[in-house]
Amino acid sequence: MKMAMEVEEGSAAESEENDKTGENKTYGDDEGDQKPDPVHRVPRKRPQRIRVGLESDSDEEVSKSRKNRANQKSKEEGGEDGEDEEKGGKKGRGKNDKKNDKKGKKEKANKKKKDKKKSALLAMLLLRTCRLPRQVATDACMDRIVKSLSDCKHWMCEMDTVMHHSITPEKRVTMAIMKVATLTNLCFIGNQFSVDPCTAGMVICEVCQVLQDIIANSLICLHNPRQVIEGCKAMDSLSGSDSDSEEEPITEEELAKLKEEVEEKKKLIATLRNKPWKMKKKLAVLKEAQLFVEKFEGALGKGKGKKFYAYKVMMMKKWLKFQRDFENFKTACIPWEFKIKEIESHFGSSVASYFIFLRWMYGVNMILFGLSFGLVMIPEALMGKPYGTLPRKTVPRAEEANAMNFATLWDFSGFAQYSVLFYGYYDNKRTIGWLKFRMPLSYFLVGVGTIGYSFMVVIRTMAKNAHDDGGGDDTSFNFSWKMFTSWDYLIGNPETADNKFASITTSFKEAIVEEQESRKEENIHLTRFLRVLANFFAFCTLAGSGYLIYFVVRRSQQFALEGMDNLGWWERNEVNMVMSLLGMFCPTLFDVISSLENYHPRIALRWQLGRIFALFLGNLYTFIIALMDDINLKLEEEKIVRYNMTIWEASLYNGTIPENATAPPIQVDPADVPRGPCWETMVGQEFVRLTVSDTVTTYITILIGDFLRAVFVRFFNYCWCWDLEYGFPSYSEFDISGNVLGLIFNQGMIWMGSFYAPCLPAINIFRLHTSMYLQCWAVMCCNVPQERVFKASRSNNFYMAMLLFILFLSTLPVVYTVVSIPPSFDCGPFSGKTRMYEVIGETLEHDFPSWFAKVFGYASNPGLILPFILLMVYVHLGIYYLNATSKSYKEANLELKKKLQMVNILQGEQ
Amino acid sequence: MGNKQTIFTPEQLDAYQDCTFFTRKEILRLFYRYRDLAPQLVPLDYSDKPDVMLPYELISSMPELKDNPFRQRIAEVFSEDGEGNMTLDDFLDMFSVLSEMAPRDLKAYYAFKIYDFNNDDYICKSDLEKTVNKLTRHELTPEEVSLVCEKVIEEADLDNDGKLSLEDFQHMILRAPDFLSFSKSDQQRNGEYIHICLT
Repeated sequence: MKMAMEVEEGSAAESEENDKTGENKTYGDDEGDQKPDPVHRVPRKRPQRIRVGLESDSDEEVSKSRKNRANQKSKEEGGEDGEDEEKGGKKGRGKNDKKNDKKGKKEKANKKKKDKKKSALLAMLLLRTCRLPRQVATDACMDRIVKSLSDCKHWMCEMDTVMHHSITPEKRVTMAIMKVATLTNLCFIGNQFSVDPCTAGMVICEVCQVLQDIIANSLICLHNPRQVIEGCKAMDSLSGSDSDSEEEPITEEELAKLKEEVEEKKKLIATLRNKPWKMKKKLAVLKEAQLFVEKFEGALGKGKGKKFYAYKVMMMKKWLKFQRDFENFKTACIPWEFKIKEIESHFGSSVASYFIFLRWMYGVNMILFGLSFGLVMIPEALMGKPYGTLPRKTVPRAEEANAMNFATLWDFSGFAQYSVLFYGYYDNKRTIGWLKFRMPLSYFLVGVGTIGYSFMVVIRTMAKNAHDDGGGDDTSFNFSWKMFTSWDYLIGNPETADNKFASITTSFKEAIVEEQESRKEENIHLTRFLRVLANFFAFCTLAGSGYLIYFVVRRSQQFALEGMDNLGWWERNEVNMVMSLLGMFCPTLFDVISSLENYHPRIALRWQLGRIFALFLGNLYTFIIALMDDINLKLEEEKIVRYNMTIWEASLYNGTIPENATAPPIQVDPADVPRGPCWETMVGQEFVRLTVSDTVTTYITILIGDFLRAVFVRFFNYCWCWDLEYGFPSYSEFDISGNVLGLIFNQGMIWMGSFYAPCLPAINIFRLHTSMYLQCWAVMCCNVPQERVFKASRSNNFYMAMLLFILFLSTLPVVYTVVSIPPSFDCGPFSGKTRMYEVIGETLEHDFPSWFAKVFGYASNPGLILPFILLMVYVHLGIYYLNATSKSYKEANLELKKKLQMVNILQGEQ
Repeated sequence: MGNKQTIFTPEQLDAYQDCTFFTRKEILRLFYRYRDLAPQLVPLDYSDKPDVMLPYELISSMPELKDNPFRQRIAEVFSEDGEGNMTLDDFLDMFSVLSEMAPRDLKAYYAFKIYDFNNDDYICKSDLEKTVNKLTRHELTPEEVSLVCEKVIEEADLDNDGKLSLEDFQHMILRAPDFLSFSKSDQQRNGEYIHICLT
């Protein structure tokens, strides 16, 4: 920040300019937007005119500062001394005399020190007067400001002779006096230069003297002499004593000022950590500011408001303390911090970004789990009718035999199926328990809330990320970014560091080659051909996997029609297994295919992500379509069952003798009651099974693909004919794209399935929790750092965008089923209604005043309202997102403006 | 819980929390890390602010800095004597600035200082050459290095004075896509590992 001091007059103007913009930009001026002040603008135009008068001075100064440059330590002192001399020379006799009078009693030795401090204080003064952001008041730039002060004085002299000044430097001087002459500033300034307040007071008197001299010598004429008098008065009272100002009655004006100061101090305390100061200085400033606030805060509320104010201040303090404690507590609660840091240091940030994403996902799922567990599962388990009281809550007679077998439970049928874990178990009574808990309504709202919350949190994170992103144009700073941002400061592992060095070198070389000859065209045709071929292969793979799933699903429907009983494990789990296996092997295949293409790894990652995304999406949607078919089948079946049921009931009644009409209904064991297929539970089960099998395959892949491979490579290397570690199998690398996408799709399934299986978030929590540990362990023990360590950080929002897309896609089927398919007649909280959303209308009717329901009923029918609400939610979220992004655009706009200004200035100079 | 600690007075801890981006626990943890570097030098009681300074050799042996090509510069920039010897205050300062919580502006400011090898407040061509050589471990030829440096100056030097000022640097670095991207998004903190600008 220290700038123009040593430079010759000519370039002073330019660096002045630099400094100014720099200051504005750097540490955000807390004084608000100020126009470029005249005092500062002046020296830019000045040099040629002033040079004659200043020649000797500036020469002396230059030589001096050259000397100083060699000797860093004494630089400041020397520079400022030089300044002071110069000033002394220029400022005329009067000042020196008065100063000597004042200082008569002081020792001579002290004088030099005083001078230095005074010059610094002068600078401070100017700084405040000119309303520069205070943060830039580092000692280093101080001397420059001192210089500009003296420059300014010269200019004022000159201006006075020329007599056509339109700006008002006199106002500045008066303001300076006024400002300086308060105790608060005194403290602050004293602290700034680490002098004790008393000394500061003395020095300030001198400063005021100097300023008075400026005025007295009629260097400037004041329009309002009263201001000067006031300033002097204030100064007098100050030199009298430092502390008695408190006893004086505080005027309204002063109070306001004091308040402002206190606010300023508070702001300073809050933003202190953002200042580029050494800790010592920070501590000193902090202490001073705290003392100040403590001292004056109570004095602010005089009169009747005082007590209240004191109370408010106290509460504020308590609140701050609480906030800090809470913050401490919150950070202590963030899990896996150290694990992730360790991975970060071993593998660079791209691998760590996956784990951070995983942790974020875990947090989101915690909330979802809290919703479904606290508002749906627990109330039903505690307050609802117990197991075995209703047909829907009982295992049917036919399944009773092996309902407790592990294989059945693992398959989530048997007892698991007829429990709170699934939709079918829930009762359709409007209220349950002594709390009159409205179960169906709660169930419905939790379903909506889950989706709404997910949308909100994803979009909010995206907006935040977008805001954080620099969002720069990609090409303009290619080399600079490579140079200054390519090192990954998280690396703390020699091997990774080696890889990083190598990759940086290659990237530089690539960039140079690209720069020198814009891309060699040697075998562009071959590359093109290979890329087309690769895409063809990828397409084939996608189509093949799609067909395979379709085939398998068809087959499973066939099996289902024939009856499940005589089928083996494979036949029953075929769909899930095939999907998991495809998810396991296709990415590897894509990896091989993409090696044909010869892209840069970052672009290759994009392609890879895109392909796997397409694969997963295809799989998921094939699965959903198959499920829809299944649902339709079940609906057909349900009709038959309903018909049979009436026959069955009739036969039941016929069998007994109806002696009188008021006889209690016949007691039949609920297990024997025939029941419908309950498609909702079926859907829930499918999703749960899919999730579980997906989890298991992932873990098995990790164990085999990473752990066993690593063990094999490590131990068979001793007795093998080629080098296993660096040759063919070698250790595996961590597959970021595959893992991230796996996570995203898994989450999509959770979103889709959790409406029909409230237990799904819980299972997912378990999965994420274990996979965090397992994957951390696997990464640390079996994987090697990537050969070409590259940063995937920017894909963060890319991940989020995919997540949002998946969220959108996975809400569609759920909304469709809720809105357009009638719920089963004998299971679930919505049984007996024609559509699930009717629960809202029912609540309105029963729990709200009748006019409300009437109005609502007139307004529209619920079938229209639901999509409408969803649409509104989307629109709102969209607006929120746009708002957040527009902020960043605004910033970019500002930047551009700044750039434009700079260009103009540069052109002006040339 | 943590009330038993007697290393700092509560006021000191509060002051440190105001001056850094760390929580109380992290400050204590950092203190212990500092102390572990030289247990015989650093006392366990800091309430009277003892004047202890650890030499650069010890500081640079920390795992966070060990593999960093710019470790010496980092230590120099943050130490009070400019030679890499650090007091506890400097040490806390360094970790605070390099932590994820620090704002971009602050990081950019210190990054500039780190890359400014000769402390002349400009990143000139010799600074750039040093940077490249450190990044690539002298594996580029001198011609390549000078080409890269020229390109950098061409790109980032807005006022055409042949060197990068702080302002040029900030202008360039704050736009970098990788500058501090993930870290802020999920509010995590660290007291342990260094996070400057990148990735």
